[in-house]
Amino acid sequence: MSRSPVSPAALTTEDLDGFRRVQCLAYDCAEAVAADMRPGMTERQVAAQMKCWLLDHGVTDWFHQPFAWFGDRTAFHGFSGLGHLKGFNPAFFPSSRRLEAGMPYILDCAPTVGIYTADIGYCGCVGASPVLDQLMDDLLEYRALILALVRARRPLSEVSQAVDALCMRHGYEPRHKAYPFQVLAHRVEKLDPADKPLSIFRFGARNIRELLRDVVIGRREGWSPLWSSGRASNHPPTPGLWAVEPHLGYRGTGAKWEELLVVTEDDAFWLDDDVPHMRRGAIRGVREQAA
Amino acid sequence: MSVPVSSQRVASGDVMLSVYRRGDARRPTVLLVHGYPDNATTWQPVADLLAADFHVVTYDVRGAGASDRPGARAGYRLEKLADDLAAVIATVSPGVPVHLVAHDWGSIQSWEAVCRDSLQARIASFTSISGPGLDHAGTWLRRRLLSASPRAWREGLGQVLRSWYVVFFHLPFLPALAWRLGLAGLWPRLMRRVEGAAVPAAARPAAQRRADGLAGLDLYRANFLPRLWRPQRRTTRVPVQLLVPVNEHYVSPHIHDDLPDAVPRLWRRELAGGHWPQLSRPQAVASCVAEFVRFAESGDEPLSLRRVRVAGGAGRDHGRLVIVTGAGSGIGRETLLDFAQRGACVVAVDISLMAAERTAMLARLLGAEAHAFRVDVGSAAAMAAFAAECEHLLGAPDVVVNNAGIGMAGAFLQTEAADWERLLGVNLMGVIHGSRLFGRQMVAAGKAGHIVNVASAAAFSPNRAMSAYATSKAAVFMLNDCLRAELAAQGIGVVTVCPGFVDTAISTSIQFLGVSEREQARKRSASQRLYQLRNLSPKTVAAAILAAVDSDRAIVLVGIEAWSMRLLQCLAPWLTRAMARIDPTP
Repeated sequence: MSRSPVSPAALTTEDLDGFRRVQCLAYDCAEAVAADMRPGMTERQVAAQMKCWLLDHGVTDWFHQPFAWFGDRTAFHGFSGLGHLKGFNPAFFPSSRRLEAGMPYILDCAPTVGIYTADIGYCGCVGASPVLDQLMDDLLEYRALILALVRARRPLSEVSQAVDALCMRHGYEPRHKAYPFQVLAHRVEKLDPADKPLSIFRFGARNIRELLRDVVIGRREGWSPLWSSGRASNHPPTPGLWAVEPHLGYRGTGAKWEELLVVTEDDAFWLDDDVPHMRRGAIRGVREQAA
Repeated sequence: MSVPVSSQRVASGDVMLSVYRRGDARRPTVLLVHGYPDNATTWQPVADLLAADFHVVTYDVRGAGASDRPGARAGYRLEKLADDLAAVIATVSPGVPVHLVAHDWGSIQSWEAVCRDSLQARIASFTSISGPGLDHAGTWLRRRLLSASPRAWREGLGQVLRSWYVVFFHLPFLPALAWRLGLAGLWPRLMRRVEGAAVPAAARPAAQRRADGLAGLDLYRANFLPRLWRPQRRTTRVPVQLLVPVNEHYVSPHIHDDLPDAVPRLWRRELAGGHWPQLSRPQAVASCVAEFVRFAESGDEPLSLRRVRVAGGAGRDHGRLVIVTGAGSGIGRETLLDFAQRGACVVAVDISLMAAERTAMLARLLGAEAHAFRVDVGSAAAMAAFAAECEHLLGAPDVVVNNAGIGMAGAFLQTEAADWERLLGVNLMGVIHGSRLFGRQMVAAGKAGHIVNVASAAAFSPNRAMSAYATSKAAVFMLNDCLRAELAAQGIGVVTVCPGFVDTAISTSIQFLGVSEREQARKRSASQRLYQLRNLSPKTVAAAILAAVDSDRAIVLVGIEAWSMRLLQCLAPWLTRAMARIDPTP
C-alpha cells in the first residue's frame, strides 16, 4: 500500500516540467491578483480572488487554499506565545484586515494541477516600503545559502540553523518558526491520480495524506518531511522535492518567498530560477550571494 | 568680570521703557525679554555670556524695573506688549531683524509679536523658554479636554493643576497681600531652594521685586481669560527654538506637542532643571541661543540642531541622542532599534564595524538618523577619542546604554591574569569609560538624560563557575548605585539592568576556561541550547530598558531567574551561597 517517497529516478524530466508549470501558474496568479490589489480590500477578498483565478486556470486541488496576510500580520505579530498553538492557529487564515496604502502583504498559495503541486509565497506593498525592499533584497542571500549547504550535503537541521544564524546577524526574526512544527521547508510529493480532491480546513486531503505517509516512512528510514532546526532534521538532504519558505520579520513587516527545491542523490537545484523575487533582484541589481 | 552696559529710554505709546545694551552694535542683535516677576536683571548671566559674540539687548517690560507702569489694566494687554517689543526692535536694530529670546511672560508676549504679520520680517529667530503662546495653549488645552483619550485628559488636567497660581493671581487682595507680606524678601531663597537658581545681586532688592510682582499681576488679569476662552489660530514663519526645562513646575512639556501645526520651522531641546534655566543653567542657555542665532544668520544647520528639528509625526524620543555600545547584536541592537523607532538619533558602537553598520542601517529603515562606530570599549584612549568625535559631530547624548559585554565561565584558579584583564576591560572598564566620558558631556550640556549600564542577574548570583563574569557584573551594579547618587543633583538617572539568561550572541561566544577546543565547542553549543530553551529574548530586555528610562527606575530585573535570585539574596543569602557550589555549565 505505502509507496516510497519519490526517488530521483522516479522524478522524470516530465515530472519536473509538470511541477515547474504549476509553480509558474501559482506565481502568475499571485502577480495577477497583486496587480489588482487596492486599498480597502480585505484578506478574505484577496484570498478568494486567488482561488477564483486558479480555479479558472485549471487547478483541481490544493496543498492548501490561498492565504493572504496584510500589514503586521505579514510578520505574524501577536501570533506567538501561548496563543500561538504551535502553529495550528486560526489566526493564519485570511481575516477581515483591510489593505491600506503603504501596507506590505504576502500572498501564499499551493495549487495542484493533475498530480503536480506547487507551493509559493509572494510579497509586495501598496506603495513604497523601504523595510520590505531591504527584507526582499536580503532574502536572496538565504536562497543562495540554503542551496550551497544542501549541495554540500550538510544535515538539514544544520542548514536550518545556518538560516537562523543569518537571521540573527541580519537582525531579523525567523518567522517561519511560527509555522506548524517550525518548518523552514516541507516535502511535496506527486499525487495518486486515482484519489478524489477533498479540502478540510482549507488544506487538501490528498497532499496532506502524502505528507503523513512521508512522516511514517521517514520515521522508519530516519528522516523527516518537516525540515526544521530540530533534531528530527538531523539527516542528510533527502532526495525529492522540498517547498522551502524562509520567512523574515522585522518590526511588524514580514517577507517571504517559497519555491520548490529539487534534491537528488548527490546534487540539488531550484526547480525554476525564473521566479518573481529573482527577477526583482536582477532589476534592483541584488545578486544572490552565499553568506 | 561684568560686561559694560549702556542704557537708554525708548518711547512706546504712552509709556517709556528702559533698554540696556551690551556688546558690539555691529554684530547680530539678540533681544532678551524677561518674564514675571522679574525685570531685565534676570538675564544678566546669559547676557554677559552672549555679549562676547553678539549685540545683546534687554529691557524692562512695561510695569517692571525702571520702565513706566501703565495706569489701567488695559495697558497690559498683549497687543500693547507686542507694540513695546516692536518699538524696542525699531530703536536698537533699525533695518536689521533681531533674534528674540524670551522667558515666561516675556515669551508669551513674544509669541504675540512673532505671530503678528507686520512684525515677522523684523524677527530673524525666536528662542522660547517656558512660555507658550496663549492662543496655542488655549487650543492645546481645548483639544485635550474635549478628547476621549484618557492620556489626553491626563495631559490637560496636568497642565491645569500646574496653573494653580494663575487662578490665585486672579483672586482679589490675596496675591497682592502675599507680595506685601514678604514674598519679595523670601524670593532669592525660594529660588535657590525650589528652582536651584541663583538670583543675581542686581535682581535681589526686595522693594523692586515687590513693585514688579504687584504691577505684573495685571499681565494675568488682562490677558488670560479672554485668550484661553477664545483661542485664535496663530501661525508664524519665524524659525522657533523651544528650550523645554524637564523639571518645570508651571508649564507641562506636553503643551508644545501641537505646535508643529502652527510653526513649520520648529526646533525643540530639553534642558535639565526647573522654570528659570537662564539662572540655573546660564551656560547651557547661552550656548543653545548662540547656536540657533548662528544658524538663523548663516542658514547652515549644524547636525546637533538638525537632530532636534521637529518633523511631522516625530516619536517621543525625537531630538534625543542615544548611544549604545555592543549594538551589533542582541540586547544592544534591539535597544538601539527601539529608541530609533521612537524617533531618536542613534549611535551604534561595536567592536565589529560591520555589525554596527548593519544595526545603523536597520535603524535608518525605521526613519531614524543613525551612525556607526567601531570602538573597543575597554580601551580608555579609544573611548576618549570616540566620545570627543561624537560630541563634535552630534553634541552630548541624552541616553547612553553601556551594554557591550563578553561571557566567560570556568574555575577561578584556572582564570589567568590575561583572562581577567580582557573580561574586566570590556565588562567593567567599558562601562566606566562610557559613564565617565558621556556623563561629563551630559552635565556640561545640562542634559537631564539617562545612563543605562547593563549588569546581569549574575551580579547577585554567586557561582563557582562564574567568578570572573559575576565579579565584573557585581562591580557594575555597585558603580551604578554610587553614580546614581552622584548624578541625581544633575537630573541624570542611572539605570542598572539585570537580565537573566538571554539568548544573544554572548551565549554562543562564552569562553570556557581550561578546556580543549573541542570541549569548548561542545560546551558552547550545549549552553546555547539551554539559552534557546529558556527563550528570553533581547527584545524583552530592550523593552524593559526603555520602560525604565521612561519611568526613571533605578534597577530593572528581567526574567523570573533574575527576580528569584534577587529575592533569595535578600531573604536567604545562605541559600544563594549553597547554590553557588553547583556548577551549572553543561
